[in-house]
Amino acid sequence: MTEVKSPEVPAPPAAVPDELTPGPGRWHGLRPFLPLVALAVAAILPYSTLHLPGVFEGPVNSPGTLQLLAICLVFGGLAAGYDLLFGRTGMLSFGHALYFAAGVYGTDILVTRAGLPLWQAAVLTVTGGTILAALLGAVALRTVGIAFAMVTLAFAQVGAILVARDFGGLTGGEEGLPLDVSGLPEGLVGVTNTVNLYWLALAYLAVVVFVVHRVSGSPTGRVLAGLRDDERRIGVLGLDPYRFKLVAFTLAGGLAAAGGVVYVLIVGGASPHITSSELTLSLLVMVVLGGPGTRWGPVLGGILYMYLDHRLIAFGTSDAVDALPAFLSRPLSQPLFVLGTVFILAVYFFPGGLASLAPRLALLRHSLRAPSRPR
Amino acid sequence: MDTIVLLTLTGLGLAALYFLVASGLSLVFGLADVLNFAHGLFLGVGAYATWWAAGNLPGAGADGLGFLVAVAFGVAAGTLVAVLVELVLIRPLYSRTIEQVLVTVGLSLAGVALLQATWGADARPFPRPDWTRQVTSILGANVPNGGLLLIIAAVVVLGALLAFLRWTRYGLVIRAGVENREMVTALGIDVRKAFTLVFAIGGAAAALAGALGGVYFGTVSPGQGGSLLIFAFIVVVIGGMGSVVGSAYAAVAVGLLQQFVNYYGTSGLGDVCVVGLLAVVLLLRPQGIAGKVATA
Repeated sequence: MTEVKSPEVPAPPAAVPDELTPGPGRWHGLRPFLPLVALAVAAILPYSTLHLPGVFEGPVNSPGTLQLLAICLVFGGLAAGYDLLFGRTGMLSFGHALYFAAGVYGTDILVTRAGLPLWQAAVLTVTGGTILAALLGAVALRTVGIAFAMVTLAFAQVGAILVARDFGGLTGGEEGLPLDVSGLPEGLVGVTNTVNLYWLALAYLAVVVFVVHRVSGSPTGRVLAGLRDDERRIGVLGLDPYRFKLVAFTLAGGLAAAGGVVYVLIVGGASPHITSSELTLSLLVMVVLGGPGTRWGPVLGGILYMYLDHRLIAFGTSDAVDALPAFLSRPLSQPLFVLGTVFILAVYFFPGGLASLAPRLALLRHSLRAPSRPR
Repeated sequence: MDTIVLLTLTGLGLAALYFLVASGLSLVFGLADVLNFAHGLFLGVGAYATWWAAGNLPGAGADGLGFLVAVAFGVAAGTLVAVLVELVLIRPLYSRTIEQVLVTVGLSLAGVALLQATWGADARPFPRPDWTRQVTSILGANVPNGGLLLIIAAVVVLGALLAFLRWTRYGLVIRAGVENREMVTALGIDVRKAFTLVFAIGGAAAALAGALGGVYFGTVSPGQGGSLLIFAFIVVVIGGMGSVVGSAYAAVAVGLLQQFVNYYGTSGLGDVCVVGLLAVVLLLRPQGIAGKVATA
C-alpha cells in the first residue's frame, strides 16, 4: 500500500446513505457487535447436534455437513475478495479463478510433489499467487473496461490449459492431483478432524472480510471507490489510476490464492474444473446476487450460491421434481440452469442483490404501516 | 512440404471457425458495446438445431440437399434466438454495459445447462454428408473436406458482410454507428434497429459456425461453444473491436499460430502462444490491428 503518497487525498464527507443508517430501535446499540456475534455463533456451530431435515443431510456436526459448510465459507471469502475488484473498484475481471487455482495447485504440488511442510507450501503459494497477480495485472490493466475483461479471461484460459495438458507431469491433468496427507499436521487430516477445517475456513472468511473492510475504509479504498465512479476524475486529481487498480488487483489475487490453500485442505486435492472460466463466472454471480460493494452481500451470496449449487443436485433428483413433467423436471435438475435464471431475474429486479432486500422490505413495511396520502 | 500445406489448410479451417464466431461478436461489441457471453449459446443452438433437423425435420437429412435444409434450419434457429435475446433481454438494458454483460453471463450458464438438460452432457455424433469425411489432395497433402467447407463458408460470409456493410443503407448505418453512435442517433436514425440487425447477423454467423463446426469435429456437445468463445474473444481483441476485416486477419493469425505450434511444439503450447500474441498486441497496439472502425 505504498502508493498512497499524499495524506491530503480529498476525503469525501463520510455521508452514510439513508437506507444504511440504523433506525431507532431496541437493538440499535447492538448493531456494531452483530458481526462478532455471528462469528461466535458460527464458531460454536460444530458443537450442536441439531438436525435440520431438508436443509442438511445429517446433523450439523456431521463431517459431511461441516465440509459443505466449510466450502460455503471459503467461497463466501472468495466472493468478498472478488468484490474488492468488481463491486468496490469497478473492474470486471473474468480471470479470478486463475489465482484461486494457483493457490490450490501451488499448495498441492509443493506438498505432494516437492514434499514441503504445509506452512512453507502455504507461504510460498500465497506469495507466488500475489506475484502472479501483480505481473499479469500489470499487463492486463493496460486495457480498460470490456477489453480488460477479455484479457483476464484469456490469461485464466492459459492457466486452465497448463493444468489440463499437464506439462511436466506436475498437475495430474484431467485426473486432478490428490493431496498427499502424510506430511500434513495431524489435526487437518481425516474425517474426524473436519471440524478443524471448518474453523480454518471460518478464519479465512473472517480475515478476508476484515481486510476488505479495512482497505475500503482507508484512503486507498476511497480512491478505489472513486475509480469505480469516475476514473477520469481521479486522474485529474493527480492520482495514477493504474497503480491503484494494480494494488486492488494484486490484493484480490493474493486473497484468492489464500482461499485456494484452505480449499485444497478441505477438499483434499485439486481438480482441473476449478481453473475453468465458469468458476469466475460463478464468483460474479455470487457477488451480484449478494449485492456488489456491500460488506456482507458478497459473503452471503457466496455462501448461498455454493449451498444451492450442492443442494440443488439433491433437489433435482428428489421425488417432488421427478413427479413433474419432463420439460420441467429436466431443466430443474440442472443447478446451473436454476442459478443462471435466478441470476438474470436478480439483475433485472434486484439490482442491489440480497443486501438491498432489508432496506426494501423496511420500506415496504413502512409504507404498509403508514398508508400514503392519496395523490 | 505437404505437412506445411496440410497444417496451413487445417489452420485456416480453424481460423474460419474463429472468424465466423468473432465477426458477429466484434460487430455487436463495436456497435452496441455489448460483450456477448451468450454468443457461445447461439453457436450451440445452431449446432443442435442442425443435428435435430437432420434427424427429424421432413425434407432434411444428413446428405445432399437435405443437409443444406438442415443447416438452413440451424442458422434460422440461431438467428431467431439471437433476435429474441436482443429484443427481450438486452434492449431494456441499453447503455448499462455491466448489466448487459451480467445478463449474457447468466444466459450462457442457463442456456448451456438447458441444452445439457435436454440432450445430455455427452457428445452426440453429428450427421454429415459422406463427402465431408473424405480428403482432397492439394499439393500432395490430404486435406479433410470438412475444413475446406469451413474455409469456403467463412470466405463467403466475409465477402457478404463486407458487401453488406459497403453497399447497403443499413450497412452504412452500422458503420456510422460503430464510429459515433450519438451522432447517428442525433441525425434521427433509430440505431436500435441496427442493434437488432447486428445481433441477427452475429447469431446467424455463430449458428453457421456451430453447424459447420459439428461437421468438422464430427460431434456436437453443449460445452463446445464456450471453449470456442474464449478464442473468439482473443480474436476480437487482437483484430480490434468492431472491425470485420481485423477479425479476419486476427483469426488467420491465431488459427495458423495455434496449428503450427501445436504440431511442432508440445500439444497445448499453441493455445498458450495465442495468449502470448494477445499480450504482445496489447502492449504494442492496445486498440488492436484495425482499431474501432468498421472497415468495409
